[in-house]
Amino acid sequence: MAKLKDLASMEDRLVPGHGMCLGCGIPLIFKIILRATEDPIIIANATGCLEVCTTIFPRTSWNMTWMHSAFENAASTIAGVEAMYKALKMKGRIPQDKKIKFLGVGGDGATYDIGLQALSGTVERGHDIVYICYDNNAYANTGGQRSSATPLGASASTSPAGTQSPGKLQRRKDLTKILVAHNIPYVAQASPGRWKDLYNKAKKAFEIEGPAFLNVLCVCPTEWKYDESQGVRLLQTALDTCVWPLYEVENGKYKINYKPKEKKPVLEWLKPQGRFRHLFKEENTWVLEKFQKQVDEDWEELNKLALY
Amino acid sequence: MSALKTLNGNQSIAEAVRQIDPDVLAAYPITPSTAIVETIAKFKADGMITGEFVCPESEHSAMSVCIGAASAGGRVMTATASQGLALMWEMLYIAAGLRLPIVAAIVNRSMSAPINIHGDHSDTMGARDSGWIQIYSENCQEAYDNFIQAFRIAEHLDVRTPVLVGLDGFIISHSMEVIQVEDDDEVKKFVGEYMPLYPLLDTSNKMTVGPIDFTDYYFEHKRSQLEGIENSPPVIEAVGKEFGQKFGREYGFFEEYRMDDAELCIVVMSSAAGTCKDAIDELRSEGKKVGLLKPRVFRPFPHKKIAEALKEMKAVAVLDRCSSPGAFGAPLFTEIRSGLYDYAERPRIVNYVYGLGGRDIKVEHFKEVASKLEKIAETGTVEEIYSYINLRE
Ligand SMILES: Cc1ncc(C[n+]2csc(CCOP(=O)(O)OP(=O)(O)O)c2C)c(N)n1
Ligand code: SF4
Ligand SMILES: [Mg+2]
Repeated sequence: MAKLKDLASMEDRLVPGHGMCLGCGIPLIFKIILRATEDPIIIANATGCLEVCTTIFPRTSWNMTWMHSAFENAASTIAGVEAMYKALKMKGRIPQDKKIKFLGVGGDGATYDIGLQALSGTVERGHDIVYICYDNNAYANTGGQRSSATPLGASASTSPAGTQSPGKLQRRKDLTKILVAHNIPYVAQASPGRWKDLYNKAKKAFEIEGPAFLNVLCVCPTEWKYDESQGVRLLQTALDTCVWPLYEVENGKYKINYKPKEKKPVLEWLKPQGRFRHLFKEENTWVLEKFQKQVDEDWEELNKLALY
Repeated sequence: MSALKTLNGNQSIAEAVRQIDPDVLAAYPITPSTAIVETIAKFKADGMITGEFVCPESEHSAMSVCIGAASAGGRVMTATASQGLALMWEMLYIAAGLRLPIVAAIVNRSMSAPINIHGDHSDTMGARDSGWIQIYSENCQEAYDNFIQAFRIAEHLDVRTPVLVGLDGFIISHSMEVIQVEDDDEVKKFVGEYMPLYPLLDTSNKMTVGPIDFTDYYFEHKRSQLEGIENSPPVIEAVGKEFGQKFGREYGFFEEYRMDDAELCIVVMSSAAGTCKDAIDELRSEGKKVGLLKPRVFRPFPHKKIAEALKEMKAVAVLDRCSSPGAFGAPLFTEIRSGLYDYAERPRIVNYVYGLGGRDIKVEHFKEVASKLEKIAETGTVEEIYSYINLRE
């Protein structure tokens, strides 16, 4: 296991000067992930906060090879890069010992929603790539519209809370499960709040041959509406309430990477965030109850899966 | 060895693919282009090509794979038709905007609704402003020849712009024809080695590709993207000449058939031009001075050259296998009419839409067009500027 000191001394591949908001979880995630291999990495980045905030021409925050083509196709774009790498290696036009890691990156909108098909196709075909979804539960870059990763009851600009609505009426899609159903070598859920765990998972994902997928919780003070100094604490709360369990599925085998000593009520997760404020009105108590029930059931199911 | 082979249009394209052996091939099946994809897959399965064949889950992803692969730094191709091309639409602009020399075989097919699998040009005409070079083929031989030339044009360092080669669905894609298939090595030599330009795979040269541009740069970048297609005419011409020197079939921007002393001209692209030639022969034997102009390159559109070829005609009929709802006329017509605007003396000109959804166009239809042109030339007036051929109304 790498020491923090060693990691800190590695060259940054995502350098300061980008325009992401104060307290944003995205740089936190990628500073760790991009240190998890010594090899060169090529990124195909979907449209979203990370892409927009790091590449406003003529400046770039990428001290590495990086590409953007569209919103829904980071997976197929990186698949194309990887296919060319394989072809040219086979044809002897690039050296046999040249190692490159291929990384597709997208937000929850790009991954759960519009790019799900491209991601499904890419991992089904078995490209040797890693795909990372930074899940901030919304289309943050375009002003916080709902995505299928937006939680039940959250107020988002296209699922706003109002006199007749308690915010988003549907629960989150379980994307990690969908990726597990592809029977690929490695699928994991991670959080930058646990940097060692995230680092280990990224390292494993890079090393494993074939497709690997990481779903990483990403705090977004702007759209979640909380005090931006509290991000890391909030990430810990997500783990302790089991709203975002850390687990991995390696060749079909489940492993839970973090179990709270004492599972906390979801209220602790919901309370600090303005997007859930309206849930604390009397008429919305049912949403809080439903939220808790769903988290409990999911956690129970995950624990069962991890028994085998 | 160069040999005569009996192939249909899809097989002709596949033959060229086998000979060129691109580095990455990514395509999704859709009638009538499916056989191209299947044949490529079989070539790969039988070890007849060495490139990576990617079989994505959609055409959007097929073009995205092509974009990733071409950016990585190698020769890339795809094939599709109709709804498939439409699904790629967003990515067509990105391929052109990133100046990636991708080559696509497009088996021209009508657009839904109503769904129909037969040939017309609505698909590629819909993509005419996407920044791709467009070349159309009359028959299997031309499809084969154009497809080979497309790589040279797309990859030329002054051009670096994607190229699509159109061939009519079923009429060409599924019709057998005896074509000259050139020697494998000669074709490879003609196409040449791929020269990567800023390849992503050269990771020592760190690059940010596809950044966001705001009001302060976008316009300049959009303008500079046009340079590729603007630089392409001499390249298209030179490649067509060289192809002729090497293989005996020379190509230009358009073909003129019995135009020498013609006073009336029919302009029509792709497979219908073959039928039109028969009609012209009959008309000529009846003593009528009718010729054919068959555009080959639609983007970049050779306005000047076509206008020069047509300016002395008494009357011209432009036939489009595509409609352009709400426009002044269909695409080929508006281009040509606009090209003639600067001439004080110019022919009368009419537009006919024909063959939508694969509707037949026969010799007799071309002869009807010719007799209408005669009348226009006689009276000097165009009664109906826009009408249809072989349509029940
Ligand atoms: C085809 C298409 N539809 C819509 C958009 C507009 N759009 C750009 S980014 C975005 C949301 C991105 O959300 P997500 O993937 O979650 O990333 P985040 O902004 O949260 O980082 C949307 C809707 C687009 N660029 N392309
Ligand atoms: S909106 Fe949210 S995700 Fe986007 S940069 Fe700001 S904090 Fe980060
Ligand atoms: Mg998001």
